[in-house]
Amino acid sequence: MTPQLLVTKRMTDHPTDSHTMERYEATGGYAEARRALTLTRDELVEEVKASGLLGRGGAAFSAGLKWSFLAPARPSYLVINADESEPGTFKDRQLLERDPHQMVEGVIITAIANEVHHAFIYIRGEYPKPARRVQRAVDEAYGKGYLGKGIFGTDYDLELTIHLGAGAYICGEETALINSLEGKRGEPRLKPPYFPAAKGLYMMPTIVNNVETVSNLPHILGMGAETYTALGESADTGTFMMSLSGHVNRPGNYELPHGISWRDLIYDVGGGMRDGKELKTWIPGGASAPWFVPDRHLDLEITKDATAGAGSMLGSGAVIVMDEDTCMVRAAERVVRFFSHESCGQCTPCREGTTWMEMILRRIDEGQGRLVDLDLLVDVSDGISIGLAWPPKMTTICPLGPSAVSPIIALRDYFRDEVQEHVENRGCPFISGGRPPDPRSPLVSSSVVEGRSASAKSSDEDRVRGDQ
Amino acid sequence: MSHWSEATQERARQIISRYPEKRSAVMPLLYLAMAEEGQLTDQGMEEVAGWCGITPAQVLAVASFYTMYKRERTGSYLISCCTSISCMLLGGDDVLHAVEDESGVPHGETDDEGLLSVEHVECIGACGGAPAVQVNYELIEGVTPEKGRELVRWLKKAKPEIVNTDEMQQLFGERRSFDWGISEDGGAIGPYPAFQPFGTVKTEAEA
Repeated sequence: MTPQLLVTKRMTDHPTDSHTMERYEATGGYAEARRALTLTRDELVEEVKASGLLGRGGAAFSAGLKWSFLAPARPSYLVINADESEPGTFKDRQLLERDPHQMVEGVIITAIANEVHHAFIYIRGEYPKPARRVQRAVDEAYGKGYLGKGIFGTDYDLELTIHLGAGAYICGEETALINSLEGKRGEPRLKPPYFPAAKGLYMMPTIVNNVETVSNLPHILGMGAETYTALGESADTGTFMMSLSGHVNRPGNYELPHGISWRDLIYDVGGGMRDGKELKTWIPGGASAPWFVPDRHLDLEITKDATAGAGSMLGSGAVIVMDEDTCMVRAAERVVRFFSHESCGQCTPCREGTTWMEMILRRIDEGQGRLVDLDLLVDVSDGISIGLAWPPKMTTICPLGPSAVSPIIALRDYFRDEVQEHVENRGCPFISGGRPPDPRSPLVSSSVVEGRSASAKSSDEDRVRGDQ
Repeated sequence: MSHWSEATQERARQIISRYPEKRSAVMPLLYLAMAEEGQLTDQGMEEVAGWCGITPAQVLAVASFYTMYKRERTGSYLISCCTSISCMLLGGDDVLHAVEDESGVPHGETDDEGLLSVEHVECIGACGGAPAVQVNYELIEGVTPEKGRELVRWLKKAKPEIVNTDEMQQLFGERRSFDWGISEDGGAIGPYPAFQPFGTVKTEAEA
């Protein structure tokens, strides 16, 4: 079947002006926000529940159910999570940049459904261009009376504030995001008691929804939950966006129907592997997700349940594809380094564990590994996420730490030989002569660094002796 | 008694009015402070504390948490090379090394003239066009090591007043992802995000 486009339809049909108010309204825009004002909270929540719309930020939780949990205290707040920073993910950037009004209409619908009169969009600081686009769209909406006092000529008030992050991945975690929006360090809060639906922004009931999630709402209201659920051929409803990157011929964002397989995604949608190389592994749902390998997972359906059943997740929809020439130790190091860098530091297992895992992986990669290092990595991982089960068990306030163990599970289960080869070769087998050690790395012994750069060093020493 | 220009003070008042509680304005005001002085100084943080009704220590606690608040001298052009997984797979490390080598500025440092700062960064959300580089947070996709060197030479020579993403993509980007955004003429004027409420975005017409 031809995939039906929803959230990327306007930008596909009108590639040069999909971001403008004129184009948005000419293609039916803001009709559903107007209609939402005539519906009750219960009607809206039920419609979204019936649509089966799952949150698209990573946790894949029913959006309607999330709304229904909102505590009765008021004022309530809405925060749109546009802090997209998970390695491999870049779908929200496209939605923000190329169809900002679609998201603003989604914000209005969500606000009405949750009796919110002040909403926020938290955009990551590294996305100034998308932020400028959204600001322009918000200004236009204020100008037309779609935001502000008495929207669409009713007595409903809705303020919308755009907030820029400043380079912290952890602020994509909803309670960290709320702290950040309150003008504090972006450290996650303990749940319970700080469930945003009860004690969120300024300790008031708060809905946190992802950009793609709310961008779907005008379409769900427009076509009705029944038609929406009939899209695609699997249990998951509607469409979903996937960000494809790595060693494929056609990387990019794709809006797809549920029910295709990983083989379809990589070899058909993605145009296959670059340079005709063999597929080695892929990360199915952003850097946090456990990795998949072709002989076990290639023909699995891309649905929430099928992916979870195989011990991973669709997460933020980011698929990172690696070919046969990719060093798994290096790839694992790079993913773990990310979590180590982005750990907020509150919880010891995450703060210390990710740091040590990164250093041990670097040591193996640079030819200083020991045969016991893989077991050591597994042991450290077990300290962060007990039993290395899926879904991960937590020793920490938020899931960032447990996410960092995913590459270690891949090394243990699929690439043990490759780790061993690094140790026995005393270096990376994918680079002739091995990877030169980084002198700044604290776990590489100084004698090795000196030995490697012996020629450069000896000429320096000669010069010094000559001077004497 | 504010040290800021009248225009910046007016922006600060407008930003604070967008939040139910003024403490929430700490982050945007820190950007204003950076734009006012070129970097985040103790005086800038004290100023923000005054506007938000919290102590300078509380402001420092926030500023030190986020990597985009630069408390050290930063060049007019901040070059951020992505070396996260998707960019690393397609040669992001080589681009970083080429940029470091051509500029003579290693990760996390600034040249003597205060023109260029170089850093390697974690994912900047351009994985479809990897390897990606940002200059003052404006994006270039599909950068090769050679193009990275050209970028450094261009910044040193042309010293553009406005850093525009489309112009840089045309000059230094090779393979970009097909979902590249719609072009615009505005751009960044310093090593902080170009965003209307901060007064840090400029168009060709204004230049």
